[in-house]
This record gives sequence, C-alpha cells and structure tokens, in this order.
Amino acid sequence: MKISYYPGCTLKLKAKNLELAALASLQALGIDVEEMDRWNCCGAVYSLTDDDLIHHIGPVRNLVRAKERGADKLVTLCSMCYNTLARANQLMRKDQVKRDTINRFMDDEIDYAGEVEVVHFLTLLEEQVGWDTIKKKVKKPLTGLKVAPYYGCTLQRPQAVGIEPMGSFSLMTRLLEAIGATVVPFYSADKCCGSYQVLNVEAGDNDAAANVINAAASAGIEALATSCPLCEYNLGKQQDQFMAKGKITANVPTFYFTQLLGMALGVDPEVCHFELNDSKAVLLLEAKQIQVAA
Amino acid sequence: MTLPINAQNVSIVSVEKINKLSGENVKLCMQCGTCTASCPMAEEMEFYPRKVMHLSQFGLLSEMEDINTYWKCASCHSCSVRCPRGIDIAKVMEALRQLVLRTSKNYIEPSEMPAEQIKELPQIAMVAGFRKLTS
Repeated sequence: MKISYYPGCTLKLKAKNLELAALASLQALGIDVEEMDRWNCCGAVYSLTDDDLIHHIGPVRNLVRAKERGADKLVTLCSMCYNTLARANQLMRKDQVKRDTINRFMDDEIDYAGEVEVVHFLTLLEEQVGWDTIKKKVKKPLTGLKVAPYYGCTLQRPQAVGIEPMGSFSLMTRLLEAIGATVVPFYSADKCCGSYQVLNVEAGDNDAAANVINAAASAGIEALATSCPLCEYNLGKQQDQFMAKGKITANVPTFYFTQLLGMALGVDPEVCHFELNDSKAVLLLEAKQIQVAA
Repeated sequence: MTLPINAQNVSIVSVEKINKLSGENVKLCMQCGTCTASCPMAEEMEFYPRKVMHLSQFGLLSEMEDINTYWKCASCHSCSVRCPRGIDIAKVMEALRQLVLRTSKNYIEPSEMPAEQIKELPQIAMVAGFRKLTS
C-alpha cells in the first residue's frame, strides 16, 4: 500500500508544530508516508455553489498528482485540507457530468475519477497502527493531563466525508487514552470556533471561540487537542484577548494532537515546536512535569 | 420590523437564482428553525437563518441586501447536517454571498486589514476568508 502525504500551506509555516510532530511520530511508529513532490493549495474551503467548478481544480489536481504516483491513499493532517480534498474526491466519484467537465478542462493531466482514497491522519493511525500498538510504544505517558478532543467543523461535516459519525469523537479519544492522558467528555467538541470569521471581527471579539473555551473550562478540561491550524489559532492564540475583554475567565491551552502523541512516543520535544503554541500551553506541560525542552 | 410579502416584491426569478446557485430547493423549508438553533453565529446575525430561508422562499433579495446573516455564516454545516428537510443551508448562504460577490463587491477589504493581523493569521484563515468574503 502506497500512502501519499499532502501537507498543505499552513503546515509549512504557522503550523510546523502540527506537521513535524506528526512525521516524527510516524517514524517512531514505523509507518512510511511520502510527501507529494508537487502539491498546490487545496483551496481551504470547498466551493458550495453549484456552477463553480473552477475552484475544484486545485484540490482535484492534488488528487491527480497522488494517482500519478500510484498512491492508494492520500493522507492529510489539516482538517480544512482534509475536508476540501475529501469533498472534491467525492464529487469526482459521484457526479459524472462535473467530473467530465473538470477532466476536459485539465486536458494536460490524466483523467481522474476518485481512484485515490483521502484519509485523515487519525484514520491512518487507527487502520495502519492501531491503538494497542501505540499504547505499547508509549515511552512517556501523559499521566494526569485532563484533555478533550476538539474536532471543530470540518472533520465531521458534512457526514459523507466525516472521519466518524456525527457526535462521536472516538478516534481522537482512543488515541489520547492510548498515550495515557485522561480524556474528559466534551459536548462542544464539534462546535464551530468561528473559522474564517476571524477576518470579519475585531481581535478578541470571536464569541464562537470564547464560548468553546468557556465550555471546556467549566467541564474541568485542562487542554484541548485539535488537528486544525485555524481552530488552534482561534481557540489557542486568542485567549489573552478574550481574557482582556472579559469573555473568558480561565485559560484552556490548545495542542495539536500530534504534539501530544509525539511527546508520549519520546520524540525530541524540539521537534514538537511548542514555542509555536501559546505560552500557556508550555506552562501547563511543565506543571504536569511533561518535559518540553530537549 | 414588518416585512411585507406581496405580489409586488415576490420574485420567482430570484427564487430560481438562489436554487440554481445553491443546487438546493428552498421551498422545501418548513420553517422549523432547527438551523437557527444549531447556528453558532446566530446571536450575531441581524436575521436568523430561519428568517433568511423564509425570505429566500419568496425571492426577497432586496430585503436581504444589507443584512449580515450570510456574511456571518462560517460554513460550519451545523445547520445542513441537522435540517429535517435535508436542505444544505450552508449552500443557500453561499448562494446569497455569491449573488453579491459576483457584482464585484467585497464584504471585507484585504488592503484595510492591520499588518499585525496578517502576520499572525494562519494561511488557511486568509485563503478561506478571502474566498468567502471578497469577490
């Protein structure tokens, strides 16, 4: 089985901590993935108007690249990339008229009809490694860290591309349990963080995100684990602003789930780039006596 | 505010426009309000999603011209997955945005964004935001 890896733009710059921790974890788990040698923007959001095919070209071109390389699966980490690529793939599988139009438009490429399967990193971990194996490979369990999975919108909606059924957060829950953390049930795990609306409001005025933080704090959650750089920005990096405006009363640091996995597997903490998280995140790990510096 | 719905302002052409762009049939809506109840942005909206669906059923585009509802929508699909009539309401909101954006109007001006914000934002925020809020 050949697995192509699609990183996406944000993972190469602002969310290096998501990517590098993931790749180092895969290495520790003995899984090989190959980053696509040519990839382009996925578009970040799936085009929702019926007559707009041009915005599907970006994601489909990435899928074509994966097919060309003989990949069976295309794995992504960023939730928004996952959603956009998976929906574009579904369109190419199911809508013959649009598929033909898109293939004709990209006449310099091989035809594509959804042959590659788009999977999220969490699904890959479950299918290719398994939670029991991860549990056995844990070197430094995150004992005592009360954490909740935060899925946001794009991992589960719409249902046809959801990594698991609506309202179920078992993939990340089982991963966090396997690495020794205490998983706290969180009923706002699929509430929207405000997404791109952060461009549309003054700093610290994104109430959707503040509501999620408040819900987490009142559930006794110490940290949230996410796979989306935009969720991490809206939830994790805005907390000082929310605090200043009186929208939240307690901090709930956010981590990428790959950083927590990396720490548990004994990956060099420097590779997990905690300096890119909010400083409260590092303070929390230190308080839990989880080593964050090499 | 009372919004008159009468033969003068109802537009079948506008209903067809919304349906064609969204690929949905707004007439299926039975006004249960599940969309509004599910919407994380509803509190900030001038008209709730249910009301926008109602106005869409009559093609009252001019009544929806200056409201922020579809600009506040974050395309989170909470409404779409819960609609008991199976309407992908996120697509209807996209159609309403596109009807404005396709007249070369921007809802936010990228050039007016503070440099500090641009420096901090993750790339996907800008790609997604510009695609949704600028023409």
